[in-house]
Amino acid sequence: MTTPVIELRDVRRAYDDGPPALHDASLTVLPGEAVAILGPSGSGKSTLLNLIAGLDRPDSGTVTVAGVRVDRLGEAASARYRRAKIGMVFQFFNLLDDLTVADNVVLPAQLAGMARAEARKRAAELLGALGVDRHADTYPGRLSGGERQRVAVARALVNRPPLLLADEPTGALDSASGEEVSALLAELNADGQTIVVVTHDLALAKSCTTRTIRLVDGHVDDDLTAGTAR
Amino acid sequence: MSALGRVVRSGVGRRRVQTAVIGLATAMAVAAAVLGGSLLTASAAPFDHAFDDQHGAHLSVRVDGEKATAAQVEASTKASGVTAAAGPFATVTAAARDKDGHDLPPLTVVGRADPGGAVDAVTLLTGAWATGPDQIVLSSDAPVGVDPSRSPLGRQLAFPDLPGSPTLTVVGLARSVSRTAGAWVAPSTIARLTRPGSTAGFQVLYRFAAADTAEQVEAGRAAVTAGIPAEAVSGTRSWLTLRQEAARETALLVPFLVAFGVLGLVMSVLIVGNVVAGAVGAGLRRIGVLKALGFTPAQVVRAHVAQALVPAAIGTAVGVVAGNLVALPVLAETRDLYGAATAAVDPLVNVVVVAAALVVVAVTAWASAWRAGRLRTVDALAVGRTGGPARGRLAAALASRLPLPRSVTLGLSRPFARPARAVAMLAAIVFGAAAVTLAVGLAASLTEVQSALDHDTADVTIGSPDLRLPPGVQAVQGPDGRTISRVPDTADRAAIDAAIDAQPGTLAHYSKATRPVVVAGLSSPCPVSGFTGDVSFAGYRMISGRWFTAPGEVVVPSTFLTATGTAVGDTAALDDQGRSVVVRIVGEVFDTRDDGMGIFTDAATLSDLKADSYSIAVRPGTDVAGYVTALDSALRPQSTTAEAATSRGTSDTLLLIAGITATLTLVLVAVAGLGVLNGVVLDTRERVHDIGVHKALGMTPRQTTATVLSSVVLVGLVGGALGVPAGMALHGEVMPAMARAAGTGMPSTVFTVYHPAELVLLGLGGLVIAVLGALLPAGWAARTRTATALRTE
Ligand SMILES: Nc1ncnc2c1ncn2[C@@H]1O[C@H](COP(=O)(O)OP(=O)(O)OP(=O)(O)O)[C@@H](O)[C@H]1O
Ligand SMILES: [Mg+2]
Repeated sequence: MTTPVIELRDVRRAYDDGPPALHDASLTVLPGEAVAILGPSGSGKSTLLNLIAGLDRPDSGTVTVAGVRVDRLGEAASARYRRAKIGMVFQFFNLLDDLTVADNVVLPAQLAGMARAEARKRAAELLGALGVDRHADTYPGRLSGGERQRVAVARALVNRPPLLLADEPTGALDSASGEEVSALLAELNADGQTIVVVTHDLALAKSCTTRTIRLVDGHVDDDLTAGTAR
Repeated sequence: MSALGRVVRSGVGRRRVQTAVIGLATAMAVAAAVLGGSLLTASAAPFDHAFDDQHGAHLSVRVDGEKATAAQVEASTKASGVTAAAGPFATVTAAARDKDGHDLPPLTVVGRADPGGAVDAVTLLTGAWATGPDQIVLSSDAPVGVDPSRSPLGRQLAFPDLPGSPTLTVVGLARSVSRTAGAWVAPSTIARLTRPGSTAGFQVLYRFAAADTAEQVEAGRAAVTAGIPAEAVSGTRSWLTLRQEAARETALLVPFLVAFGVLGLVMSVLIVGNVVAGAVGAGLRRIGVLKALGFTPAQVVRAHVAQALVPAAIGTAVGVVAGNLVALPVLAETRDLYGAATAAVDPLVNVVVVAAALVVVAVTAWASAWRAGRLRTVDALAVGRTGGPARGRLAAALASRLPLPRSVTLGLSRPFARPARAVAMLAAIVFGAAAVTLAVGLAASLTEVQSALDHDTADVTIGSPDLRLPPGVQAVQGPDGRTISRVPDTADRAAIDAAIDAQPGTLAHYSKATRPVVVAGLSSPCPVSGFTGDVSFAGYRMISGRWFTAPGEVVVPSTFLTATGTAVGDTAALDDQGRSVVVRIVGEVFDTRDDGMGIFTDAATLSDLKADSYSIAVRPGTDVAGYVTALDSALRPQSTTAEAATSRGTSDTLLLIAGITATLTLVLVAVAGLGVLNGVVLDTRERVHDIGVHKALGMTPRQTTATVLSSVVLVGLVGGALGVPAGMALHGEVMPAMARAAGTGMPSTVFTVYHPAELVLLGLGGLVIAVLGALLPAGWAARTRTATALRTE
């Protein structure tokens, strides 16, 4: 039996005194899977993703990613965990405006202590593979939305993480750019990258994932496996 | 609550750090200003206050009773320009003997029926005024060993040389700011103190309509002495002389208080202005929203001025209280030093400081908010959204190439992204580093001054080298109860020298003899100190020229050169007991005793100088107590004794200066740290989203802290590098100014006090201030929850 990349058990997370943003959530993701998490606004999708990324801690339940008990990590340990195991892509790119495209991409590698030259080589490869290498020395402000998201994906992959997380990666893009990014994710998955994508775009979910999970009011409502892994 | 009030309140509440920084910076600035201001007024005022209170005498005149008549003296009090007069009082000079047989220096005794009057209303400190024939009131500054910790009442003073050997009992202690007498008795008692065959003199005290300048006092003197035979006027003294003497030590304080005061003032304006401007800058988007909702520019300005004034007012209140609390003990000390009457902060100082602080805050807030108020609404909204133009990319790119951890290089280039903010932080650090450098330099200089003043530093003494006794007086009780004595005339000087030489453990020794001589052009005699032996360990410091090497050569203090209009290399004519001695001035020595009018030379320069005291340095490791016992027994035939020298301790003025320097420096460093804190807080707040992104990409809290701290490293280093020379330059201005105020030159070692290694450390002090100021916000940045930071838009 293959060890799962993600294993959530009975996770619960409530903010302040409100109703729980997530409750009784359990989820298992195997290596090589591409999972879409669908659900209406406020259903707890981002909360779930934050828990997996170690940006947030559950009130109860366990979160295990690539053999690491994420819910038990301290601040520094969770930062190191993210460096090693997680690549993150955001809806609004979150590129750093005062760094060049290449510097944005190498940053996680440098934080992890990789030598600059080596990190730049890896970044050049990635930017080339993602078709944005001619922008390496410009600043993110000059790029189109689709290009920015490609750079963000490159940055997420620079440390070769076993798991790529994306929160609404096409949410800020027009449909053409959205399709490009979705094709990119599908390609990465085809090469064996495990991916979890949060979206409320059913088409995106269909086009690039092997499995769809539906969240309603903080609860896993539906777990549809769209055939076998491609 | 009005819409404006609501906006102000939420503004104060939301920007808690800025609000706190404004409050703290104002509190510290106000406290420092109250301390500095009250010291300035206190150091200038005590003499004037006391003089006014006592209706001090602008001029006191002593008239020889044999050469002028009472009627002539009486008439002088009606001279033109005289607004009030006291006297004539009968006066004599008499030497008393203590009950334990010590001869006391001669006292000017004045017969007065009561201490009050239109002029020189003497303050009775303890006891009662002398009314009976056997009663005497001592002046608190009489040279007869008044011990401040013991009551002088009941002390017996005998006058064995006078007919009937009268013995008077001290019944009171009084202070005359005009220093008109060493002691007072009832008028009828004067006759008992007058030598047979002589007549008591007259003392008259005048106040003039105009007496602010030496010329005016001189005009007054001419008017009142016009009707008295010239040869009958045996002495006059202007109040200006006394005032100058009283101000000599306090004048020393003024230049350095001014230096620190100006530093503190500029810094607080800078910090408060910077904080307020920063708050406005960070709130530009909010201003845009307010204007979009219909606020007028004037309302926006008022809202921001109020947002700054609320914490500034609280800070001012706290600062005034703190300043007064700190100032009280310091003022109490100055009062003890200068005999001032009160030890409270001048209320005017408080009022002025409070008003100035509030005006400064209001004006800076107004100036920076005015720009914001003028800004077009669209632009203000846009500024908030785009986070300003992208600056400092080149610096960021260069920094990323440095062979340092990325978390550090990310911070290093940060100042270039926000140059205005970096410059403000830089200025704060420059001032902080300059203040520390100045303070360290002052402390070192004052230590030098102290050790230069502490000459006659011997291990063992015979007789008292540090205090001068009047001719013929064998011993008196010093102010601290210690006996001040001289080697008896009958002792064999050669035998004493031989005894010292024979004593194992003797390293070097010299003897000193003192005699007043008259110097051409000076009204009062100058004490000559004649040395024999090895004076090298005595610690005299030269300002220019060299120490004397042969009889006929002398060294003198700066004051002497000024008073006689001479320079090193000139000759001077001395009248030594009727014999003229011409000496060559070969050096300027640092010395302030005898009002800086002493003359130092070889004992052989004057004839028949008999050593009063011996100073001995012992070999390192010698048991001083054993040495003294052994030497004592060898000296017994000469009926004199050896003593282990007691350390004289640091001068009170210098201690006071050191204390104030330390306090003010701490305050200035704290204010500089606040300036950095404010800048870094603004920066981290602005970058909270970026910090979230970094953390999401795997930046640990430690790396985040490193980034924030390294963002101030450059500013700290450059600030230190600029602040240290600035502080040195300031020191180079302040020390000579202090020397000028004290009316003396100073040895060059007092001015050149900085060592290269010390300078490097001081320069790094800028970095320390910067890092201390950045620590708090760095901690916040490290603790920021990533998920929350990422949500911040
Ligand atoms: N930091 C927070 N503090 C308080 N409540 C929060 C916080 N973050 C999320 N919530 C609440 O938790 C619930 C789930 O939020 P979450 O962001 O996970 O939803 P989502 O599914 O990602 O929605 P969307 O599709 O709009 O992004 C919402 O009701 C939200 O208001
Ligand atoms: Mg969401």
